[in-house]
Amino acid sequence: MSVIAMRGLRKDFTVRVGRGRLRREKRTVTAVDGIDLGIERGEMVGYIGPNGAGKSTTLKMLTGVLTPSAGEVSVCGLSPVPQRTRLALTIGVVFGQRSQLWWDLPLRDSFALLRHVYRVPAGAHAARLRRCRALLELDEFLDTPVRQLSLGQRMRGELTAALLHGPSVLFLDEPTIGLDVVSKQAVRSFLAELGGSGDVTMVLTTHDLADIERLCRRLVVIDHGRVVHDGTIEALHARYGSRRRLVVDLDAPLAPDFAVPGAELVALDAGGHRASFDLLSSVAGAVVAELTSLAAVRDLALVEPDIEDVVARLYRS
Amino acid sequence: MGELRAYAALFSGQFRSVASYRASFVADLVTNLFGTVLDVLAVLVLFRATRSVAGFTLAQGLLVVSLSSCGFALADLTVGNIDRLKTYVRTGTMDAVLVRPLAALPQLVLMDLPVRKALRAVVAVSVLVVALRLNHVEWTPGRALLVVSAPLAGAVFFGAIFVISASLAFWWVESGEIGHAFTYGGRDFTAYPTPVYSGWFRGLFAYAMGFGFVAYQPALALLGRADPLGLPAWAGFLSPLVALVAAGIAAVVWRTGIRHYRSTGS
Amino acid sequence: MDGLDARVPVISPRRPFRDWVSTFGALSWSGFRRYATYRQATIAGSFTNTVFGFLRCYVLLAVAAGAAGGRPGGYGAEQLASFVWVGQGLLTVVSLWGWTELADRIRSGDVAADLLRPVPPIVGYLAPDLGRAGHAMIFRFLPPLAVGALFFDLYAPSRWFTVPLFALSIVLAVVASLGLRFLVNATAYWLHDARGPIALWTLSAGVLAGLYFPLRFLPDWLAVLLWVATPFPGLLQTPLDVLVERDPAPVQLGLVALQAVWATALITAAVFVQRRAERRLVAQGG
Repeated sequence: MSVIAMRGLRKDFTVRVGRGRLRREKRTVTAVDGIDLGIERGEMVGYIGPNGAGKSTTLKMLTGVLTPSAGEVSVCGLSPVPQRTRLALTIGVVFGQRSQLWWDLPLRDSFALLRHVYRVPAGAHAARLRRCRALLELDEFLDTPVRQLSLGQRMRGELTAALLHGPSVLFLDEPTIGLDVVSKQAVRSFLAELGGSGDVTMVLTTHDLADIERLCRRLVVIDHGRVVHDGTIEALHARYGSRRRLVVDLDAPLAPDFAVPGAELVALDAGGHRASFDLLSSVAGAVVAELTSLAAVRDLALVEPDIEDVVARLYRS
Repeated sequence: MGELRAYAALFSGQFRSVASYRASFVADLVTNLFGTVLDVLAVLVLFRATRSVAGFTLAQGLLVVSLSSCGFALADLTVGNIDRLKTYVRTGTMDAVLVRPLAALPQLVLMDLPVRKALRAVVAVSVLVVALRLNHVEWTPGRALLVVSAPLAGAVFFGAIFVISASLAFWWVESGEIGHAFTYGGRDFTAYPTPVYSGWFRGLFAYAMGFGFVAYQPALALLGRADPLGLPAWAGFLSPLVALVAAGIAAVVWRTGIRHYRSTGS
Repeated sequence: MDGLDARVPVISPRRPFRDWVSTFGALSWSGFRRYATYRQATIAGSFTNTVFGFLRCYVLLAVAAGAAGGRPGGYGAEQLASFVWVGQGLLTVVSLWGWTELADRIRSGDVAADLLRPVPPIVGYLAPDLGRAGHAMIFRFLPPLAVGALFFDLYAPSRWFTVPLFALSIVLAVVASLGLRFLVNATAYWLHDARGPIALWTLSAGVLAGLYFPLRFLPDWLAVLLWVATPFPGLLQTPLDVLVERDPAPVQLGLVALQAVWATALITAAVFVQRRAERRLVAQGG
């Protein structure tokens, strides 16, 4: 059975649109429009989409904050809204823009308080905290009040707070938003390590696609409340015709009409000394072998297709 | 049991947060004390300008106002900060509360327990003691019970009013200070004998909303005085019942509010 | 929701007075417009003021009914009713409570931006505040007063100059209130956390300005002392006493003159404090 299951999940909001002084018009906006999705134990799923696509709404329905308008949802075999408090003990939630920590207290105190809130045995709590302290390098600011932490430090604290009760599912809503490069790296490698164990299921929304590339095998793209892609990143590229690119530096300039089977010449730079080819299949070996036999190759590089481009094309279509 | 420990942890976290701003905490404490003294002084000034208010002497008026402020101060101390709910809804703190394994209302209450208001309750109880001595109450077991139950029932009643007023934010985030009309307004209403008011306004606040049973009716029962408005003597003992009804309504309103929040979000 | 418009027209040296007036007008209009956007809060606030109007009016009428001669503090029943209802309306106009904008800007450091504007900071706050007061006169003053007039007998002034004098008195009250609020908020320049002074102000303003009971209920010596030694009666009690004609005409005029003295003193003090603060700000970078 899937750890997370959504069937025909739907959420409608009624909004009042002000027209003039007195007349107000009621309009129904569908934020989530029939999502079917199953997520298995230990999966790391990237959940992306443009602003207003319904990402946060879905996450809120999965965590028991919002009641679905229609459809079924279950997380760890529980129904989120009616069984909210039981569910809360088995999931961890990190909202990138809201805090679970006590603003005025040292980080250490927040962790101690959360142990009581989630009723975690002292031993298990201490072991998890020790692990997070090591992996996220918390020690230098453990005694600093949360309000004085930098955003990156705070986010590391939030991650720890979400994990101290040993959740089997972790929901992360934009965990890297606003972080500097170093903090992003720290958060990503921590999550990668956590996901590597295969015990924790993770659902992650983000606008930073590097998060997805680094962490998620599976990518779910939603737009206007519907799933428009569900699969690996490679499948996304395949579907939208992205190609890997082979860039070669040559001893002698290449003729503009040069051709090699299985690839297409797209650019010639540096007076013909640098050539770029789009690979027509997913295997580069044959093309490289062919190329080295036809020309004097000094150096070569294989460039992965840019996921940002694909996703931008996907959002626009 | 485990849950109680969890709530105790939330309380201690809040207490330590407040205590970390020692200077502000002391300033708040003093301001609150000063405010309470001013409340009492205001009543004294009004009685200075007149012989009696609606047929009640200063001593009797003091009994009414002290019963009212005991109940209000206790409620304000415990659940008063729930009126920040609109901020919690607007900023999304409400979502963070809903992903924890505890009930929402006690969490919100414990998130900002105003320890600084504790002195208000102390002053209110002192004034009650003074008022009881000034009035030469003839003590009976019933009255002894009443003098303890009335402030507690008042606290439950005002607590219910606080919760109901705050719940408005689930439907109307921009409700501003409208809740104050019933919380602080209710306190002001109960601070004077009900015959001070008249017409539909009195009917609405005293009987339909039940504010008349918080301080005025119990005070009549303690004084052994007949109600000029005609309610029987035992009406003074109704306050726990009225408080329970109010608490029941508050529970229903709160649950409906949470359900509404769940279906609309912020 | 910035109260100040960043696009203030620059004052040209050629026609200084006219440009001054138009700058001031534009700033005031921005204050008016800003509060016009808080429509729901306006409705909620008016409702609350009205409920408190009923509560206070009944209490004061009961006081009058029990007082010797039926005239506590020298007010008749109709005068007291007017006192309460007009007071509930004016409460927001003179902004007796809850203005922390300057303190917030000082704490966040945004206040430095005030110095970049081509108008003196005091004017930058005073002009929008007058606009805000104008908005409040229409949307917060009139509704409670209308309800009060519907359910109670109010006092109709008999002297021809009372209403214009009342209008002048309101303007002076708003100016004095801004000066006082500015000074209280400006403590944040030195204390960093102005919450204490602001709380103290909120507390004293209600009582000392005559919101909870007319100050004339106090012993005479105390009332006179408050009037002369503190600016608070000028915020609410003076305009109300002027409107209900509590005193003979010379005293009525004298009270407004006293208000004018206080308003001038407070604005002068605010200008002085702001200069000191600016020097500090420039020297220490906030």
